[in-house]
Amino acid sequence: MKLSFSPEDELFREEVATWLQDNLTGEFEKLKYRGGPGDEHMFPDERKVWEQKLAEGGWTCVGWPREYGGRGCSIEQQVIFFEEYARAGAPGRVGHIGEGLAGPTIIAFGTAEQKKKYLPGIVAGTELWCQGYSEPGAGSDLANVKTKARFDESRGKWLINGQKVWTSLAHESDFCFVIARTDPESVAHKGLGFFLIGMDQPGIEVRPIEQITGTSEFNEVFFDEAYCDADDIVGAPGDGWKVAMGLLGFERGVSTLGQQMQFQNELDEVVRQARSNGAAGDPVIRQRIARAHAELKIMRYNSMRMLSGQSASDGALQKEALIYKLFWATWHRSLGELAMDVLGPECEILEGAPYALSRLQSMYLFVRSDTIYGGTNQIQRNIIAERGLGMPREPKGTAK
Amino acid sequence: MEFAFTEEQEMIRDTAAAFLSEISDSAAVRRAMATEQGYEAAVWQRICGEMYWQAIHVPEAHGGLGLGYVELVAMMEQMGRQLLCAPFFSTVCLGVNALRVAGSEAQQALWLGQICAGELTATLAFNGGSSHWGAQAITATWRREGDQFVLDGEYRYVIDGHTSGLLVVAARAEGSTGEDGIGLFLVPATTAGVECNWLPTMDQARKQAGVRMNSVTVGADAVMGEPGQCWEALAKVIDLATIALAAEQVGGCQQLLDMTVAYTGERVQFNRTIASYQAVKHKAADMMLKTEVARSAIYYAACVAQEALEDGPLAGELREAASVAKSYCSDAFFAIAGDSLQLFGGVGFTWEYDVHLYFKRAKSSEHLLGNGAFHRERLARALLD
Repeated sequence: MKLSFSPEDELFREEVATWLQDNLTGEFEKLKYRGGPGDEHMFPDERKVWEQKLAEGGWTCVGWPREYGGRGCSIEQQVIFFEEYARAGAPGRVGHIGEGLAGPTIIAFGTAEQKKKYLPGIVAGTELWCQGYSEPGAGSDLANVKTKARFDESRGKWLINGQKVWTSLAHESDFCFVIARTDPESVAHKGLGFFLIGMDQPGIEVRPIEQITGTSEFNEVFFDEAYCDADDIVGAPGDGWKVAMGLLGFERGVSTLGQQMQFQNELDEVVRQARSNGAAGDPVIRQRIARAHAELKIMRYNSMRMLSGQSASDGALQKEALIYKLFWATWHRSLGELAMDVLGPECEILEGAPYALSRLQSMYLFVRSDTIYGGTNQIQRNIIAERGLGMPREPKGTAK
Repeated sequence: MEFAFTEEQEMIRDTAAAFLSEISDSAAVRRAMATEQGYEAAVWQRICGEMYWQAIHVPEAHGGLGLGYVELVAMMEQMGRQLLCAPFFSTVCLGVNALRVAGSEAQQALWLGQICAGELTATLAFNGGSSHWGAQAITATWRREGDQFVLDGEYRYVIDGHTSGLLVVAARAEGSTGEDGIGLFLVPATTAGVECNWLPTMDQARKQAGVRMNSVTVGADAVMGEPGQCWEALAKVIDLATIALAAEQVGGCQQLLDMTVAYTGERVQFNRTIASYQAVKHKAADMMLKTEVARSAIYYAACVAQEALEDGPLAGELREAASVAKSYCSDAFFAIAGDSLQLFGGVGFTWEYDVHLYFKRAKSSEHLLGNGAFHRERLARALLD
């Protein structure tokens, strides 16, 4: 076991930190610590400009291979980049769905034409993506997709009909990747296709969802005879589930350390509040802060294990990776509760009418989504028990 | 950065697991725990003679294997799985650590040599009977008389204190408080005035003793470091031992999880295995989460412990790493033990099944060297005060 980074990696860290220090200034100053989860609706235009600024410096798609315009960084360097990015308080990335999900999928499963058509815009930070997976009837049961795709021979295009939900940044995006049923008779994982769809067309309507925070960063997206070029299906019709699930394999936990840096910023704010309002003298609060601190430390060590672990030949996640979502989501939710309890009765008072939340208030409300999206805590426990412990699978229901 | 075991470390772990499953099965544990000594002499001889584990992280210069703390932690995890009854934790994690951190060259040569030869067991005594495991727990006193030192006072919760050949004891200068005035002394158990009594415990698989110093007089050769200035060294020894104990806790977590998954997969009620119920699966999933998180904590702490012994760049993190690991592992082990007993149902309540051995170990390990609340308060002081 070796915990330290190499001298070359430390130089890389300095390079990242220096670039961010030099460039996260002037018009971008106000973006610091903004635009992350729960705050994605803020400064979209300015953050689009920032995305292009990053691209100019070569700081988009740092983990992609060089042949696709990436920086070809090692795992260690990617970790360092995400850590320094969060440490500097650089804003939530409007390009993260393209860089983290759409791009890697196209690189892994796409055609040469698709790569040429879509990857440069992601690298340049000029084309933004959103994700069309969940539907009103396909939440935890993601394979229960009802959105349909039928091929119109006369126009030579796919026509998409249906509804997606919880689509973040849909109104800001140029493209959406969508799983839709290519075989209308099929059920569950079979008969799905994976489509790359332009958002700027009359057949697509985006409606914002007003959230618990009173703000909107998620949307509903309605497809009414929306078209998709014949060349813009990834994989064959029927392979959509395989392509969609392939995405999960790309997440080796590289970005988790950056996410934890954001958690650390939040915990630091809680500690500051506790020290200034006297809550730090309360023995119960002291225990809770210390617990949050200890578990965030361990979260980092767990990610280091994930990154160092050899992935099994069948692509199955290591045990420390299987438990990670349940661990961080539950931790983050508790941090929200702790933040309010540190503030005491003051936690109720808004920054202003009608509903201007402080950073900690917004965090407290938004973290309730962490244990729901991306596999609820209950689904995570099923997955851990079944894949991690080999316990019996849940029986399929028969309800219509 | 490579935060995983090397192939050699994996081999050491697997060898330990195989040997322990042979010498420390349930029957062996139950035989040993029923005795006052708490271990079978033949088993300890095999450990020392065949495996040389007592010498695992003793420097080669003193006849040891010269391996690191990561290897020691990997081994403690396996010992925790099998509830090994042997004076290993006391001799290696308390005694050897104390000698390495605070012993002079001559003291190390003398005592580590005997430990490596399998001729001597050792332990550490410092707590006078407090649930606070910091400096204030030390109530025994030392005073100088000419060239000699006189020790007086009482210790509780001394692991294997009634069977150890060598006692490393902490005492404070008369009238001193807190971290001031602490001295460390090497006292053979046969020294006049030393009284060691077995304290029967709920967790029978780990023996504890009460130790009394009745005006025990020792010479300069028994003095470790500078009398009165030893708290820093002692704190380091305690932190190192705490990390080893946390590793043992993780082994217990893993064993309980495995036992529970196996049992619930066999036990049939309402015509299905109880493992097929979500109420059971979700509890097991939480047990696995706690086990893996605890494991991440001890692997990091093991790396820090190694650096602390070598004065590496992360040496300054020792105190925090120990408290992070011990607070999490203590709570995880006890929660898992409670859940395991619950999922075993009625048989978990019997003496016949092994669950109770781990349930009892979980509580004894939780309180030994400071429980979760104690270690969180240590973290809180660094963060908030």
